[in-house]
Amino acid sequence: MTSDKPTMIEFQDVHKYYSDYHALRGISATIKAGEFFSLLGPSGCGKTTLLRTIAGFEGISSGVVLIDGKDVASVPANQRPTNMVFQSYAIFPHLTVAQNVGFGLRKDPRSAADKARAVDEALAMVGLSGYGGRAANALSGGQRQRVALARALILKPKVLLLDEPLSALDKKLRENMQVELIKLQRQVGITFILVTHDQEEALVMSDRIAVMFEGQIAQLDSPERLYRLPKTRAVANFIGTMNFLSAQILSEAGGLVEVEAQGFGRLQLDAQKQVTGSPSATGATIGFRPETATLLFEGQQATDRETMARVEEVVYYGDMTYYDVLLDGTSAAVRLSMRNVFGRPVLDIGTRTRVGWSPGALVLFR
Amino acid sequence: MKIPVLRIYTLGYLLFLYCPIVILPIFAFNDSTALAFPLQGFTTHWFDNVWHDAVLAKALKNSLLVAGATAVLATVFGTLAARANTRYKFKAAAPLMGLIMLPMVLPEIIMAMALLVVLLSVGIPLSLFTIILGHVLVCTPFAVAILTSAFQSLDKSLEEAAYDLGEGPFSTFRLIILPLVMPGIISAMLICFTISLDEFIVANFLGSGEPLLSTFIYGQLRSPKNVPNIMALGTILVGVSIFLLALAEFFRRRGLARTGAKDSGGFL
Repeated sequence: MTSDKPTMIEFQDVHKYYSDYHALRGISATIKAGEFFSLLGPSGCGKTTLLRTIAGFEGISSGVVLIDGKDVASVPANQRPTNMVFQSYAIFPHLTVAQNVGFGLRKDPRSAADKARAVDEALAMVGLSGYGGRAANALSGGQRQRVALARALILKPKVLLLDEPLSALDKKLRENMQVELIKLQRQVGITFILVTHDQEEALVMSDRIAVMFEGQIAQLDSPERLYRLPKTRAVANFIGTMNFLSAQILSEAGGLVEVEAQGFGRLQLDAQKQVTGSPSATGATIGFRPETATLLFEGQQATDRETMARVEEVVYYGDMTYYDVLLDGTSAAVRLSMRNVFGRPVLDIGTRTRVGWSPGALVLFR
Repeated sequence: MKIPVLRIYTLGYLLFLYCPIVILPIFAFNDSTALAFPLQGFTTHWFDNVWHDAVLAKALKNSLLVAGATAVLATVFGTLAARANTRYKFKAAAPLMGLIMLPMVLPEIIMAMALLVVLLSVGIPLSLFTIILGHVLVCTPFAVAILTSAFQSLDKSLEEAAYDLGEGPFSTFRLIILPLVMPGIISAMLICFTISLDEFIVANFLGSGEPLLSTFIYGQLRSPKNVPNIMALGTILVGVSIFLLALAEFFRRRGLARTGAKDSGGFL
């Protein structure tokens, strides 16, 4: 796992002010060597600012940034062992593809032939062999991105920084590039740090994700843990969809928490695996993901427990149908996602139905 | 019937604007010293006179020198101001740019007089050099306007990318910024050159008696027999001006195409 790898980047209580605006509010985190790490958050959360402090384009107001164990406060951007793929790709429009890719080799002492070979290798790595002589202006969005990647990777940086690199591409191309980026990262073994506002992209690509809100890291975890056991309702809502029902904590003993949850009744939850967050004044909440509960059709038996409900809304997606249902004893609808299986009807609004669920899939936010 | 008011207005406006310029070549080739219809026949005699006029040759040489020096200086200043204005955010930016652009709208005769007073009181003798100073003042705002749009269409990430790839600020400017704004620089130089070439007020106030094209033409108009020569000279100047401005526009558009920016309408 990533935990035994050496640290590549370390933030120690990093703050950043833009005059009055507090953009980074005490960031402390470590990023391991060879890790695919994502900074995920809504726009304005400080994720791009944090990335730019690694690149050296932004100074910090206080705290320490270490790259490979070295404090980089006094190291300018052009001497840091990092390279960046910009959101706009920043392909030099007056140069050819090969000149763009080889731009960083200008001061490299190798011979021109060796450099040309390095450029060819970099182009081959991103699947653009033979494109070297083309004008950079004549490339498509996807090709520009590959050129930007080749241009950054040719310098063999310790860390590759990617600032929303896929946001300018259309959906199909974006999904293809996600897979290609993962493969590329495994191939070169360099630490990749990705900034994105797209939670799906972060889940698909990352070894670990730091979810950021308002200049702070709300949670830093593996994609699976972020999805399964989000620390706050805000994180749960930013990553995928989560249903919430109010609950009351009755007792805590022996690693078990007993709660009375709206719609689900009295439950015992595992304090280690199912309870998260810090005690809040607004009261506890039970949360569950749409795919962890299921509609029970005629003849189907619940694997664990079941509750009656009424269908309030139906959203048909082709492969999936989303049902908003009102569980008996609750006042707000919850969303269930059902895979559409051949022969199974799509229910109408107003249908009375059974919902199967399992206490093990629930999460308690204190 | 509906009267096409707007069309008549537009047509009348264009006629008023361009008739005098169309008159120039007509009388430049007319075989008579009087500027009157009917035309007297075709001649290139006036062009021949212009070609062999020694004073005019001197004036042309001086004008090219002044316009050339003005174009280079005003464009260098314009580049610096435009770069500062687009790259750095500072509090004094707006008032500073206002002051730099002000000569564009100040009455030129006031500026010329004020400059004359300052130069005389400091004790700088009038010469072609003082005319160049005045012309730089007049032309710099135009250069700033053209170059600001050239710099604005540059993606800031391009600079950061060059920096990220190991270049310093100077090599980044030389390798990335300069080539990308070069069309704007050429365009600004051509426009400053054209403005300086036909500028009269500053040339008249700050000159030491050395002839320039504009002051030469003004002097010639006093004697009626020289008027057809002026028509010929004017024809040539109009032709050259149109050529230079078209060239400037060509470079401006090429600059936009190069940086991939959208054309927000030309300066011309």
